[in-house]
Amino acid sequence: MSKQLEQKLWFTICGAFAFFTIVALGLLLFSIIREGAHVISWSFITQPPQRNMTEGGVWPALVGTFYVASLTIIISVPVGIGAAIYLNEYATQGPLVRVIRMSIRNLAGVPSIVYGLFGLAIFASFLKIGVGLITAAITLAIMVLPWVITASEEALKSVPTSFREGGLALGATKWQTIRQLVLPSAIPGMATGSILGLARAAGETAPIILTGAAYFSRNLPTSLTDNFMALPYHLYILATQHAQASAVRPIAYGTALVLIMLVILLNMFAILLRNYYRKKNEVL
Amino acid sequence: MSAIQTVVKEKQKLSLDKDVQEESIISAKGLNLWYGNDQALKNINLEIPEKQVTAIIGPSGCGKSTFLKTVNRMVELVPIVKINGNIDYHGVNIFDSKVNLVELRSSVGMVFQKPNPFPKSIFDNIAFGPRVHGIKKKAELTKIVEKSLRASGLWDEVKDRLGESALGLSGGQQQRLCIARCLAVEPEVILMDEPTSALDPKSTLKVEELIQELKEKYSIIIVTHNMQQAARISDKTAFFLNGEVVEFDNTDKIFSNPTDKRTEDYITGRFG
Repeated sequence: MSKQLEQKLWFTICGAFAFFTIVALGLLLFSIIREGAHVISWSFITQPPQRNMTEGGVWPALVGTFYVASLTIIISVPVGIGAAIYLNEYATQGPLVRVIRMSIRNLAGVPSIVYGLFGLAIFASFLKIGVGLITAAITLAIMVLPWVITASEEALKSVPTSFREGGLALGATKWQTIRQLVLPSAIPGMATGSILGLARAAGETAPIILTGAAYFSRNLPTSLTDNFMALPYHLYILATQHAQASAVRPIAYGTALVLIMLVILLNMFAILLRNYYRKKNEVL
Repeated sequence: MSAIQTVVKEKQKLSLDKDVQEESIISAKGLNLWYGNDQALKNINLEIPEKQVTAIIGPSGCGKSTFLKTVNRMVELVPIVKINGNIDYHGVNIFDSKVNLVELRSSVGMVFQKPNPFPKSIFDNIAFGPRVHGIKKKAELTKIVEKSLRASGLWDEVKDRLGESALGLSGGQQQRLCIARCLAVEPEVILMDEPTSALDPKSTLKVEELIQELKEKYSIIIVTHNMQQAARISDKTAFFLNGEVVEFDNTDKIFSNPTDKRTEDYITGRFG
């Protein structure tokens, strides 16, 4: 085989593998859209499930997911950014920092159902918060923390050292330098990473089943300790737990479509945000 | 004349010089510095005169930038640095535990090799220093900004666009902005680390003229790779080699009649 031919062959194989990811996503989206698109309507979005979930929509689940995801962000972002600032700006690199980094990496590898058990054991039982929105949100927040910390650290690392030197050389304290020079440049990257973490949290089922998601709830949650419906759990019930599983299949696909649109919207928002700041920084 | 007589004569001349000399503002005494196990500065003794330009020249890796960064203790950002010896500033050792780094760096300013404007407006760049030191009134800040920009010769070029980003300025303008930013904190000493090495000849000339004006009010230490520059703008020159001060004297003397053979070799371009 000639070298040219060999090269061409390998590039074709690699290209085919790359193309495979598009096909996978495309097929997934196609099947969900084909089965679920006709169910989607304004009333599907804004109505609660009716007649034992065989009719109606996903409104309480959508709102529940929105609530729990927002709370997750409110908890995980300050903790994650704070930890990243400590690790990247303050801590002297040594055994302590190595242990913290190892913990973060291991935290990222823990299966999500284990987070659910942990949340149930620690927050619901031991701290007696009970199951509900806040317990689920804290649990999810701990789960996405590694993503937020890693993204924030990367964002901090990408801020030129010359900003820090410039600030310190003018007699600014380390904190003034971080607060006024480093953070403004790092925030876009931090935001992008946090939104991607949020998208992940919004789609999780296992942790929230154990910590506060409700099978069915007629009312929207009104307090932090209320149970809530959530899209991924609702989908799980429709697909596997429902007595008339085949009858509610279209509604299940509709729910899946709403969930996947939500996640895609969040990801797109993260990309747009990143591009916006990138462009803004180029102009600046 | 015997060798000893020569030495004695030299010494007398030196002490005579000393009498004429003005007070030194910064003096390094037996300064040693290590990066881990590599010694970068070896027993440095230097008297930096007040309100003059002191140039530090020498080949790459000779320790000249390290010395400069030691004077405002920025070198300590490198975690593995070890220092012994003294640098006295107004008679106080800057390594003393009582010395406040914020105060030290407010009176010993620094201009870096690559212009490093912050991604903020021209106004906010200059006002950054005064603001972190507690000045909040807009009127006062406006005054400081104008004064600093005038002093760095940038005012006429930017007065109509103070609100625009500093990153939109040319390289030379950015460097003069950084000098203005440094002046806004009202330092006494300005450290310049090859401030023109990233600039074109025209901008370099402007910065050099600026340095000449600034020495009326400020004591300047400038590290430079460019020997013509040292000869043009400095009053005193120190020649560093392998972490040691080989020779430190009036610039005229260094460039016309250096005492040490190594200095002569370097300035005549035989190495470096």
